[in-house]
Amino acid sequence: MKTLIKGGRIIDPKSGRNGVFDIIIDKGKIVEIGNDLEFTIGDVIDVTGKYVIPGLVDAHCHLREPGFEYKEDIETGTQSAAVGGFTSIACMPNTNPVADSESVIKYIINKAKQDGSINVYPIGAISKGQAGEELSEIGELKFAGAVAISDDGKPVKKASLMKKALQYASMFDITVISHCEDLDLAEEGVMNEGYQSTVMGLKGIPSASEEVMVARDLILAEYTNTPIHIAHVSTELSVDLIRNAKKRGVKVTAETCPHYFTLTEEACKDFNTFAKVNPPLRTDKDVSAIIEGLRDGTIDIIATDHAPHHIDEKNVEFGIAANGIVGFETALPLTITYLLKTNVLTLEQIVEKMCVNPSRILGLNKGSLEVGKTADITIIDIDEEVVVDVSKFKSKSKNSPFDGYKLNGAVYYTIVNGKFLVREKVLL
Amino acid sequence: MILKSKDLLGLKDMSAEEIEHILETAKTMKLILTTKNKKTPHLQGKSIITLFYENSTRTRLSFELASKYMSASAANVSASSSSVSKGETLIDTAKTIDMMGTDVIILRHPMSGAPHLIAKNVEASVINAGDGMNEHPTQALLDMFTVYEKRGSLKGLKVAIIGDILHSRVARSNIWGMVKLGAEVSVAGPSTLMPIGIEKTGVKVYSTIQEALIDADVVMGLRIQLERQKKALFPTPREYSKFFGLDEKRLKFAKKDALVMHPGPVNRGLELSTYVVDGNQSCINEQVTNGVAVRMAVLYLLTTRRNSSENIN
Repeated sequence: MKTLIKGGRIIDPKSGRNGVFDIIIDKGKIVEIGNDLEFTIGDVIDVTGKYVIPGLVDAHCHLREPGFEYKEDIETGTQSAAVGGFTSIACMPNTNPVADSESVIKYIINKAKQDGSINVYPIGAISKGQAGEELSEIGELKFAGAVAISDDGKPVKKASLMKKALQYASMFDITVISHCEDLDLAEEGVMNEGYQSTVMGLKGIPSASEEVMVARDLILAEYTNTPIHIAHVSTELSVDLIRNAKKRGVKVTAETCPHYFTLTEEACKDFNTFAKVNPPLRTDKDVSAIIEGLRDGTIDIIATDHAPHHIDEKNVEFGIAANGIVGFETALPLTITYLLKTNVLTLEQIVEKMCVNPSRILGLNKGSLEVGKTADITIIDIDEEVVVDVSKFKSKSKNSPFDGYKLNGAVYYTIVNGKFLVREKVLL
Repeated sequence: MILKSKDLLGLKDMSAEEIEHILETAKTMKLILTTKNKKTPHLQGKSIITLFYENSTRTRLSFELASKYMSASAANVSASSSSVSKGETLIDTAKTIDMMGTDVIILRHPMSGAPHLIAKNVEASVINAGDGMNEHPTQALLDMFTVYEKRGSLKGLKVAIIGDILHSRVARSNIWGMVKLGAEVSVAGPSTLMPIGIEKTGVKVYSTIQEALIDADVVMGLRIQLERQKKALFPTPREYSKFFGLDEKRLKFAKKDALVMHPGPVNRGLELSTYVVDGNQSCINEQVTNGVAVRMAVLYLLTTRRNSSENIN
């Protein structure tokens, strides 16, 4: 049965479309885009006044399966993502066992086919067991279906191993995503090193611990002439280093997450463990620099770093609380509220950073609305006010510092492979 | 006057009036403490538990004696002998204690914010007896009481705090409290032990002990935790004492009658020379006595508040 999506305003930077068009979906594919389209039998959805964009693509999330299903699993994670407007997500390998082998990658892919409602693309580990000692079988990971490799959650401590990873991965044309953190500098820090860590008497993580590693990896990428993607950029100097590297022609891309352009270390006040995340929330000047980096294109991707944790891992002393924020269900409204409504980015640019660029960098055939392509579509109202209510999250975990925030932007429809997962804001 | 909060978690969020009220109350308590029969009925029928996750002699003992002098039922729970060693969470341990009819839980914990966490989860009043590097409010109150008693007020007094400011909860609580009461606080110590942005709390930061000491009315040495030295935060104890140790010669930079204080235990010859510790300007032993008086005051005021809020309800 065909579906006609009528009257919405399409924003599709890849084709350059920006205007009111109708879309017809048939057998999971987009079969027609045009004006005043009609047919006699099928489903007609009137989305006048709403924006029709390519389904969101998240380049960085944690689905916790296998191993940590008490935090999240593929079923709940993909439901949470669908509600947030995501149709494709790439999940990090810090599971148990670590996704460093064909069998774990295949397990995730098969589990996603069985339980998942959206496209799930596993990311493999750079090193065996993410231990930072030996390369994992990167070629095999790629052919098993991994879309990138990363030791996310941990840095690759040894520069020599990172250099080899870049060289080896480039042979297979698979993206290396670096979690930049010098653990030696971070010591036992639990939040940004700054005035707030001084006031609360908490051990600080200096911004330098990220920047030193960003610098190292940029140098290694330049030296080996290979691509590198820098995960969750959080500091001013990291943005500057990446901007400078791009000018030098280094094949670097970078991502940040909504919490790094909306919150500062102040969010940790009163020992609020929901604001405990790694890299930590920084300062006003860092937030400004992240926003400038998004504006001028230094930062290519807005990713969620969706990091679910059980309440028992957050309702403890700040020092031992788990790092992470759930992000699927707040990413789009935060981006709309803090970047679109403030005229930092246009909706086209947001679609680039949340659909086009992540697809390109991960090598996915996603992120655009064109005839013949799989119908992965998200339909949003950019003005509607929403109040974040973590108790309503589809994610198993509720660890968000944004509970109670009034934001703009509601996801009305999420369509994957032509199938409606969210209809009139309700998960089907 | 009734304290605003059911808990004493720190001096950061306490008003100058509340702090002064505690110091005034401590004066009365000290009178009781120095009489021959140290038993009052103030806390009769109240149950007070100390829950300590770190070692302590003077803080724990002074809370216990303060409770007993005022006729409370007092008991100790220490981390090693409790369910904590069986993996119980802090909140569960605190709730268990709470459910036994406890009026006040006094917590010492190696993690900043631990008392704040349990305060939200128990009915009992929570007193912070030192949390990580965050605060140690009763220590600062006894330090301020010592000055208050001798000088009548802290207003306009110059206070120099010397040593490891970064790791010191005593320094933080003293800074919050003393700045609120109008003292001019300066800090000095190795730059690797000076937390970022400390000047925003209203203190002056010096990199030599001499500058901080000039015209000081009060000089406070902080304990150097020798285990920190393994992390190479300063080269050697010898070098520390060479540049930041308080000896008789350096003490001359301060006012002639400057009070010398230290929260204890002292590393003699490191933070303070033996002659300074035992000298006639030293208030270190008196601080210990005042610690009991201040803790009596705090226990009294928090339990009074509980009584009055029960009446309101």
